[in-house]
Amino acid sequence: MELLLSLITGILVAAGIYLMLDRHVLRILFGFILLSNGVNMAILTAGRLSKAGLPIVPSGSLTPLGPYANPLSQALILTAIVIGFGVLIFCLSLAYRAARDLKSADADDMNLSEKEE
Amino acid sequence: MNWLLLFPIIFPLSGAFFLYLFRKNTMAVTGISWMVATFGMVASIGLMHRVYSYGPQAASLGNWPAPFGIVFVADLLSAAMVSVTWVIALGIVIYSAAELHSSLSYSRSHLLIQFLLTGVNGAFLTGDLFNLYVWFEVMLIASFGLIALDADATRIHGSIKYVFLNLISTLAFLLAIGLLYGATGMLNLAGLHLKTAYLSPGLIFFLSGLFLFSFSVKSGLFPVFAWLPASYHTLPSSIAALFAALLTKVGIYAMIRVFTLVLPFEGSIWQHILIVMSGLTMLTGVLGAASRFTVKRILSFHIISQVGYIIIGIALYTPLALAGSILYLIHHIIVKANLFLIGGVLNRKFGSDHLSQMGGVYKHFPLLAVLFMIPAFSLAGFPPLSGFWSKFAVIRAGLETGHHVLAATALIVGVLTLYSMLKIWNQAFWERPPENGAAVMPAPMKEMVLYLVPIGTFALMTIFIGLWAEPVFRYADRAAMQLLDPALYVKTVLGGAP
Repeated sequence: MELLLSLITGILVAAGIYLMLDRHVLRILFGFILLSNGVNMAILTAGRLSKAGLPIVPSGSLTPLGPYANPLSQALILTAIVIGFGVLIFCLSLAYRAARDLKSADADDMNLSEKEE
Repeated sequence: MNWLLLFPIIFPLSGAFFLYLFRKNTMAVTGISWMVATFGMVASIGLMHRVYSYGPQAASLGNWPAPFGIVFVADLLSAAMVSVTWVIALGIVIYSAAELHSSLSYSRSHLLIQFLLTGVNGAFLTGDLFNLYVWFEVMLIASFGLIALDADATRIHGSIKYVFLNLISTLAFLLAIGLLYGATGMLNLAGLHLKTAYLSPGLIFFLSGLFLFSFSVKSGLFPVFAWLPASYHTLPSSIAALFAALLTKVGIYAMIRVFTLVLPFEGSIWQHILIVMSGLTMLTGVLGAASRFTVKRILSFHIISQVGYIIIGIALYTPLALAGSILYLIHHIIVKANLFLIGGVLNRKFGSDHLSQMGGVYKHFPLLAVLFMIPAFSLAGFPPLSGFWSKFAVIRAGLETGHHVLAATALIVGVLTLYSMLKIWNQAFWERPPENGAAVMPAPMKEMVLYLVPIGTFALMTIFIGLWAEPVFRYADRAAMQLLDPALYVKTVLGGAP
């Protein structure tokens, strides 16, 4: 299972970086989505995979009964997903605004701020 | 529960809430903003006093004992950074009350400034690696918002570079955190300090590289600084001053924290790479500045070259070098913010940021000329100003450890810094105004006071640090000692447990 998830992570990162090397802003953003999902997958795998039960503490006990899956890495990923989603929406609207004004989505043309003054 | 540690984070967060409630009322927005900044400054100076007198302070949220819950920790470095942050923040909210007064999104800018301060202070005070990532994101998202407010096409193009490149570095940071957690089962910085010694050298090498890449992008180091000169000069001066003073410094702070506490990199290959990077950062930054002709572009490139100086101290990793770095951080935050604010006054007077449109300020406005000279000479490293002592400590550390090329580069870069400061001085202050240039726009007295009070205060602080360098340096020295020997930090957080 770890091997499979590692391979998926590798494919996601490779595809993400390939897309990010493109000049079209939307492709760069899609690359960003794939890359961030690859990172999330890596965190999930690094936090140990197991088929054990839920980490729920029954009443009257201080710890969960029996072996349980690690909840922390899932909490970390959840935070990262929420943040990444918000940022992605911001980026999309930024890219839309730039492309609308410029009538082109080529990142190389978005160079007004670096032109000689 | 040690509330003093949380005030620098709670104040701006609740301030942002009230700013949203009173967003229609400009007077109320200004009042709330100034009040929050004053409270924050008082609380953070109180915190610095407490840390200086009683040693590092820690607070665990929800009374979850460390290393299981999230802790906030203040040692001498973070307390000093938080205090300087709030001093700068107070100056900038006063200044922006004049500069942004007529902008469409006056109250939204103030709201986002408070969110930015929440993120910055959170990053300085947190004792948890994942929490550090979250504060980074809070800070980044607030800065994205500040860049995009009232943006024209130029600023949108700049912000695309800023946003995309920063996101890549954030992803690298997140990946490094995830893998470090997988290897140690810990996210608490103090706990990690005890665990990373048992990791395999290959893993440490790889993780250090990931952290280094991510923090290099954030602090604007040599090969990966492209986002900074592309975006900062498009911002209004008060926001540019805020970014210039704080954002890259959070990256540097994180670098210091991770590479002293979590993955000490002394003697590793990354240390040598960082030494080379710091030299090239200084050089490329200052050469970029020499080739530009608008005030904000020159100053943006100077941020990069000055970051190079700060990194020297971290890369050399001796007590003197680290103390020099900390002194340099504090000096640079004040001086750089001040220069951007002065650039804003020039921009306001001439209606343009280009040097060829300026002239004659020395004759018509000698006070501003004096106020410009102080931070400009301090940036170039003239005695007895604050820049001299920080450069002195860093370069001396370079000579002591036998890095003569690095020390020579630092000296040459100092001369080149002086050159580009003189470029601004000659064009804007000394020469006649251009015949065809825009007329000098008079500013009302009340507006000028709001501009000049923060500028004057920061200039006085520069002189103060220069003339009374010894107590400041002693503080930096003690902070460096705490960083190099984290036993006290670890004991404060984990409460004496091994």
